[in-house]
Amino acid sequence: MKILDEIANYFKEIGEIALFAKRFFKEAFKRPFERKEFIRQCFVIGYNSLFLVVVTGFIMGLVLTLQVRPTMQEFGAESFMPAMVGISIVREIGPVITALICAGKIGSSIGAELGSMKVTEQIDAMEVSGTNPFKYLVVTRIWATVFMLPMLVIAADAVGLFGSFLVENVKGAVSFKLFFNQVFENLSYGDLFPATIKSFFFGFVIGLVGCYKGYNSDKGTEGVGRAANSAVVLASLLLFIVDFIAVFIADIFYEI
Amino acid sequence: MDITKPYRTTKTPLIEIYGLRKSFGSNEVLKGFDLLLNPNENLVILGKSGSGKSVLIKCLVGLVDVDEGKVIVLGKSIPDLNQKELDYIRTEVGFLFQGSALYDSMTVRENLQFPLRRHPERMQHFNEEKLVREALRSVGLEYAIDLMPAELSGGMKRRVALARMLILQPKIILYDEPTSGLDPITANEIIQLILRIQRDYNAASLIITHDMDCARVISNRMIILQDGINYAEGTYTELSKSTDPKVKAFFKEVQPISL
Ligand SMILES: Nc1ncnc2c1ncn2[C@@H]1O[C@H](COP(=O)(O)OP(=O)(O)OP(=O)(O)O)[C@@H](O)[C@H]1O
Ligand SMILES: [Mg+2]
Repeated sequence: MKILDEIANYFKEIGEIALFAKRFFKEAFKRPFERKEFIRQCFVIGYNSLFLVVVTGFIMGLVLTLQVRPTMQEFGAESFMPAMVGISIVREIGPVITALICAGKIGSSIGAELGSMKVTEQIDAMEVSGTNPFKYLVVTRIWATVFMLPMLVIAADAVGLFGSFLVENVKGAVSFKLFFNQVFENLSYGDLFPATIKSFFFGFVIGLVGCYKGYNSDKGTEGVGRAANSAVVLASLLLFIVDFIAVFIADIFYEI
Repeated sequence: MDITKPYRTTKTPLIEIYGLRKSFGSNEVLKGFDLLLNPNENLVILGKSGSGKSVLIKCLVGLVDVDEGKVIVLGKSIPDLNQKELDYIRTEVGFLFQGSALYDSMTVRENLQFPLRRHPERMQHFNEEKLVREALRSVGLEYAIDLMPAELSGGMKRRVALARMLILQPKIILYDEPTSGLDPITANEIIQLILRIQRDYNAASLIITHDMDCARVISNRMIILQDGINYAEGTYTELSKSTDPKVKAFFKEVQPISL
């Protein structure tokens, strides 16, 4: 049956990605470390997505506050706005939206870049000039996404909170100091810590899936397009699964 | 001379392949291929598209794992080497890829620096910039040093790829269709360049091609790869006189279709 085949294929792919991840962990801590390429990738990944992430973060803060405010007002609970928006942005919306944007932006560009390097034999060329292409291309990119994603999440959180503040300031005449005092008073380590850990995993998923799809892309330019596209789809799906698991675990440790 | 037997000289061969077999799934590509490459020789391998020529030379540098048979390069059995030994052999073997395979994200200079930086021991007391410029000068492209690969024409890319391959001064050079996708004039320039490299570097070459002009000018000896084996072997003149229809097919002029 067709649908059963598809389900089987899906699990086969997850298995292959697990093997790819295993190879990553085997090579990730071995010397020599491709430091220069890692730093270059951090720059490429962080810098290229910063603008997009910041803009979406800002709009997210504005919209969330505009949407929720009237309801809170009805209950006479506007004074809870900063706390509520702060917690929802930092805990969930910031990391997830940023990760999804990055899956689209970073995942696809890694998939396409490695895919085209594969089909034009650049990866083979690297290997014959005495470089381990897995280390040089894959390990550096995965490390870079792992380190850069939490940074991007922090940037998105900050700008999102600022957006929320603007709405509060205009509509409710809340001062900057009051708003952020309220936000930080209600944020605990129990909110920040799991969100940051989660972001590392999101970065790992995006880098891993992008590299896996690109590194194993089919011959031909069509294969490159497919690699980029399926990297985004699969990474987004896995992000939600990881998010669910993360929330589940955090829930056990930090009783709400 | 019997053109189906590998040809031997008294000198030790640089490359020896015996009974090489390779399949991808159910697709048997090589089914017992033999080859000897002697010092100072230009050996041309002819074969139809998809006959496994690229797979064959990738086996020589360990980019493709062999299923069966012996692959010996510079006296070392390639499948038995560890990573370090393999990397050493790879510095002695230059590989020109079918599509040039320049790194798109790097300038021409960085493309040439890449193999050098991976093998600092090869630089000896030479200055890196000087080696890069010299290699580019030898292919007539010194002015392109700061360009990106996307800014180069197909012929220029091929030259840069040649320069990148030459920079470590290999003893054996493997060319995978050096003239494919180029116009006849540019192709001829590349052929002249290969001949000059052969003379200056005193390297042995294995050249894969479809281009009969290229084969005629460059080859000392040719092997026809057909059905996964070395179907026929000999000099250009010997093979061109062959009566075997499969060999003759390579030398035939393209005939207009008679309607
Ligand atoms: N990595 C691979 N996985 C599966 N099949 C492969 C792989 N590499 C090559 N093949 C198959 O091996 C056969 C020979 O391929 P190869 O690239 O060696 O042909 P070729 O003789 O170089 O042709 P061309 O002149 O078009 O370059 C083809 O049928 C190809 O599909
Ligand atoms: Mg080929």
